[in-house]
Amino acid sequence: MTRFPVITAVANVLAHAPGLVRYGSKPLRDLARDPRLGGELAARLRGYEQAVAYAPNQVYLGSGEPETLRALPRPWFEHLDPEASGDGAFGDLIDEAELLGLLLWNDRARLVQLDAATLAGAREGLVRRGLITDREMERIAPTADDAIARSIASGEAIALWRAGRVVGSLQRGHEEDEALTANVLLENLAAKATAVLALRRLLRQVEARLEPDAVEFVIAGSEEAVGDRYQRGGGNLAKAIAEAAGLGRATGFDVKSFCASTLYAVVNAAALIHAGVFSRVVVVAGGSLAKLGMKYRAHVAKAMPILEDVLAGIAILIERGTDADPCVRLDTLGMHTVGTGSSQQAVVEALVMGPLGRAGCKLRDVDRYATEMHNPEVTEPAGSGDVPAGNYRLIAALGALRGEIARSEMPDFITAHGLPGYAPTQGHIASAVCYFAHALRAMRAGTMKRVLFMAKGSLFLGRMTESADGVSFLLEA
Amino acid sequence: MKLLGKRVLVIGERDGVNAPAIEACVKSAGAQVLYAETLCFV
Amino acid sequence: MDLEGQGRIQQVVGQAGTDNVIAVLGANSATAVEMTALTLKSGDPSYAGPLAGVSLGIPSYHILEPEIVEQIDPALYERELALSALAMDVDEVIAPMKSIRDGG
Repeated sequence: MTRFPVITAVANVLAHAPGLVRYGSKPLRDLARDPRLGGELAARLRGYEQAVAYAPNQVYLGSGEPETLRALPRPWFEHLDPEASGDGAFGDLIDEAELLGLLLWNDRARLVQLDAATLAGAREGLVRRGLITDREMERIAPTADDAIARSIASGEAIALWRAGRVVGSLQRGHEEDEALTANVLLENLAAKATAVLALRRLLRQVEARLEPDAVEFVIAGSEEAVGDRYQRGGGNLAKAIAEAAGLGRATGFDVKSFCASTLYAVVNAAALIHAGVFSRVVVVAGGSLAKLGMKYRAHVAKAMPILEDVLAGIAILIERGTDADPCVRLDTLGMHTVGTGSSQQAVVEALVMGPLGRAGCKLRDVDRYATEMHNPEVTEPAGSGDVPAGNYRLIAALGALRGEIARSEMPDFITAHGLPGYAPTQGHIASAVCYFAHALRAMRAGTMKRVLFMAKGSLFLGRMTESADGVSFLLEA
Repeated sequence: MKLLGKRVLVIGERDGVNAPAIEACVKSAGAQVLYAETLCFV
Repeated sequence: MDLEGQGRIQQVVGQAGTDNVIAVLGANSATAVEMTALTLKSGDPSYAGPLAGVSLGIPSYHILEPEIVEQIDPALYERELALSALAMDVDEVIAPMKSIRDGG
């Protein structure tokens, strides 16, 4: 039997978006009730250099392994690295001008307007990074300040801010359509733009051996809902992303399961390749605008910087199996079925013991468990605890209940096989997939053999079921 | 405090004890469930 | 507790009253259960939600408090709660509950 499909390249990207924090779901609702909160919020936004120098972001971008965070004193936002660069091993941390420029460049409905200074800054940055060519940038043009102001004053557009100034606007798509309000379109465009950023970075990574036309299919698994009044979640943002990345031979579709979407997309891509349908599929995910500033109240109350100021993106290249790269073991799928039920033990058994059992492995045979990797510095001040740690304790506890680990060994097991959280609280990105790049690097270096990727989706939030969902599989060198 | 006869608001958490689990437990002890929700902090 | 959850609880309690009503919580962090318990007893401490300044006086229990656990069938406990009890620091998580219930 041929080897399972392999992961051959991954791009992890971030876009600094302090001016968009006000449009995150929690800030947006709070500001609507009490506009005075805007001043408090603005006062705690951090600048680009601080976002770049922030250790968890650097880990996400690949300049170090997550384990290094254990030795770094907390609070991490007070121990910044002055040498840090926004050009990471796995991808870029772009600044706000570049992000706004990307929004305009990815806008295919003439909704976005941007002033000349911001566009010039965007062009300079994106061209320097080799992500968009000068020629490609010629497709877009700036708008005069008074035209921007008029569109906002008319009530048909929302303002785009940068460093305390209005630098652009985004129009609603329809006067009556709730699925095409300016806020919804901003959310969708932000997801598209950051997914395109990740995909273009990925294509640069592999350009020595692959043309864009080598990619046959794109599967997107992000958190937006692209649609209109007759179909709110119509989807297929994947195709729009493929188009913007110049993948002329590809089409695609979206996969959705709340935060488990992206990991499911990898399963889907691998399965299509293994079945012989395609040779080369890219999985992409853009950032979640809605989750910007989700815990901002706690950060402001504790005089912290607002840490949820970055959109995250990811692109993963999956190809036919070789011996050289880590494979997606489709024969070890962990599934939370309808019959699994809702007990925590049943869920962990399904997502952890399921794959291990199928692979004939014990808990300690897995080098690392990639679970919900949310940065604890974001969640703890809001009383949400340390999410990865909570998940590792569940795995260790199950090992103890089954007699594989002694209770006294639980903490050591977690230290050896777990990881500190580092991902921005961008939902699907933090759900396991943010570790693919690190696992790929370690497996190529021969320092790891096996990683279990497990993602959960909180389906119950959509009020169609009380159940959660999850999926998992082993990535093996 | 006896659960028997109590009317319960169940507030579970996805990575802690979720609402269906709490609901099963309190119902088995004779309580009635008025409201049940599982929170997801991320 | 999220503000939207507060609104729905206010609605439920508005219809059903607070007689004999308790809350049973399942979060795995002391801060989370503390915030929820305080909100249901004496109102949203952040003064931002529908329950800001609304004193429902509803007592909260954590599902893993001994006085709750002892009322649960052992087989059910094993299936639904045992793993969580081993995974979280139960003493730490339930520590705020009694004093919030008993406090003024």
